Amino acid sequence: MTYNFAFLDEDTKRMLRRSLLKAVAIPGYQVPFGSREMPLPYGWGTGGIQVTAALLGPDDVLKVIDQGADDTTNAVNIRRFFARVAGVATTEHTAEATLIQTRHRIPETSLREDQILVFQVPEPEPLRTLEPREAETRTLHALADYGLMHVKLYEDIAQYGHIATSYDYPVLVDGRFLTSPSPIPKFDNPKLDRSPALMLFGAGREKRLYAIPPYTHVESLAFDDHPFEIQCWEHRCELCGSGESYLDEVVVDDQGTRMFVCSDTDFCGSRRTEAQA
Amino acid sequence: MYVAVKGGEQAIARSLELLAEARRGDTAVPELELAQIREQLRLGVARVMQEGSLYDEELAALAIRQAAGDMLEAIFLLRAYRTTLPRFGYTQPLDTTAMRVRRRVSGTFKDIPGGQVLGPTYDYTQRLLEFDTTTPAVVKSAETPLPSNMPRVLDLLDAEALIERIDAGSDPEPMDLTREPLMFPADRATRLQNLARGDEGFLLSMAYSTQRGYAESHPFAGEIRMGEVDVVVCPEELGFAIEIGAVTLTECQMINQFHGGNGVPPQFTRGYGLSMGEGERKAMSMALVDRALRCDELAEPSYAPAQNQEFVLSHSDSVEASGFVQHLKLPHYVDFQAELSLLRTLAAQHATDTDEQPLSAAGGQRP
Repeated sequence: MTYNFAFLDEDTKRMLRRSLLKAVAIPGYQVPFGSREMPLPYGWGTGGIQVTAALLGPDDVLKVIDQGADDTTNAVNIRRFFARVAGVATTEHTAEATLIQTRHRIPETSLREDQILVFQVPEPEPLRTLEPREAETRTLHALADYGLMHVKLYEDIAQYGHIATSYDYPVLVDGRFLTSPSPIPKFDNPKLDRSPALMLFGAGREKRLYAIPPYTHVESLAFDDHPFEIQCWEHRCELCGSGESYLDEVVVDDQGTRMFVCSDTDFCGSRRTEAQA
Repeated sequence: MYVAVKGGEQAIARSLELLAEARRGDTAVPELELAQIREQLRLGVARVMQEGSLYDEELAALAIRQAAGDMLEAIFLLRAYRTTLPRFGYTQPLDTTAMRVRRRVSGTFKDIPGGQVLGPTYDYTQRLLEFDTTTPAVVKSAETPLPSNMPRVLDLLDAEALIERIDAGSDPEPMDLTREPLMFPADRATRLQNLARGDEGFLLSMAYSTQRGYAESHPFAGEIRMGEVDVVVCPEELGFAIEIGAVTLTECQMINQFHGGNGVPPQFTRGYGLSMGEGERKAMSMALVDRALRCDELAEPSYAPAQNQEFVLSHSDSVEASGFVQHLKLPHYVDFQAELSLLRTLAAQHATDTDEQPLSAAGGQRP
């Protein structure tokens, strides 16, 4: 038995594309969709995989990253899946890709209008930890009643002096919908604002899609006297020397010595290649 | 010099080789044949078909072998295959009244028309491990065969108007949960569909909780029946119904006490469970949970987990639950780094705050 191009049948792709069009038309709104059971586990990128499958054409060049890296096992596995069921070209270079599927990071290299970034989303509902009932959160979105989230952020400040959310930091899309940027570090949030590239979000297990269309205003929630801030490090990347990329901390010996390196492996590698040239 | 870890691709390839070797085990022992699994592990096959939502004994057996006996993995394999299958059409509703019964018991009446029929059950086996593999005794056929059409126990109560009447014709067309997202509040047909695919262990615990005071529903096992039911389709081009085969099913109808409310007079109410193959534990659990989830419709106080449809329906699926619990083993080091950095900031601040308030720290030691 052979599978259809990119695994999903054409009717399913059509359903996905229609849902994606709706998502693009209402930035940040979570569109319920007929999520299919995929041959990869829920929670491992089934939403992103379905979005990618619906968008891929034979001429696309696909890049898949997890934690910013192309060679993490789950990224390798998803890339392997599409190479197997769609036979598309794959790349590790951000600039060469037409479609990038990601988990937990936005590449450091600026994206372009002719690129699409597909996010894997575990929990599309930014209010879920504050209100577990779906019927209730849908009403809150309909009324644009985001008091719960503002109170949560305020309580963080009252208790800790800071907003204690470091990833999956809530954003307001186009001044209307409170949206989860997926569990990217808040370091990446500014890249969402007025991005030239289309950003699509797929949550397979939760059966929701949403989108941030190109050049949409995306605001990270904050207060006038507690403005939004991103992570910064006292270190530079020890491999490429970058002082403006997101760094991973690596334990290098039994004494617990740490070293800091870029989480975006392509960004780091390209800088090192350039430095040698 | 630190070198960034590479080679995920090769690691995956090696892991697959190790898995294949481990799955096969000692090659001196013959490989399991699918027919052996299908014939000798039929209850496992039934569970995989039921929760995999695909009635195919051969494929279920294949999935069990490939999953090395891990039922949840086998269910996942079957689901992932099922998702690619085109829909040829829909069968007519199965008529379980016309079931060719092999087992049928009722906990509500000592004797019933058609009789109590134990059939092949583990209920009275005494659970002694059978160390000798003896050939089973030849089964003698009963002197009088079972009646071909066994009346339902609940219909006996219906004649007296003591049990709620459910008009089958009034049900709306059910939605297909594998094609459309689950939305809340979900109607009963949708809830039953979700429970039918739900994990047996989860439903068992939920059902058990209703017996221990978390949504007391005063249940009686009105009838449990197991046997073969014909599958009938009516192709448009033919214009008449044809039988395309038969499936084994287990059906459970619970009878629950109800004191009246929401405009409904006091009467017995129903909880319903249905499972492919011999799946009595699943069908009974499903029936109890179905009844608990009807609390809103019957204006019963709703306070227990088993009555909360968002809680039950959102967490019943083993493929969803297993995937999401186990996704925690994927790399999370970017977010962990973000949390580390936040925690260091908070800890540093905590230390400063403590230094600045020596009086309060010393306060506790005052004599």
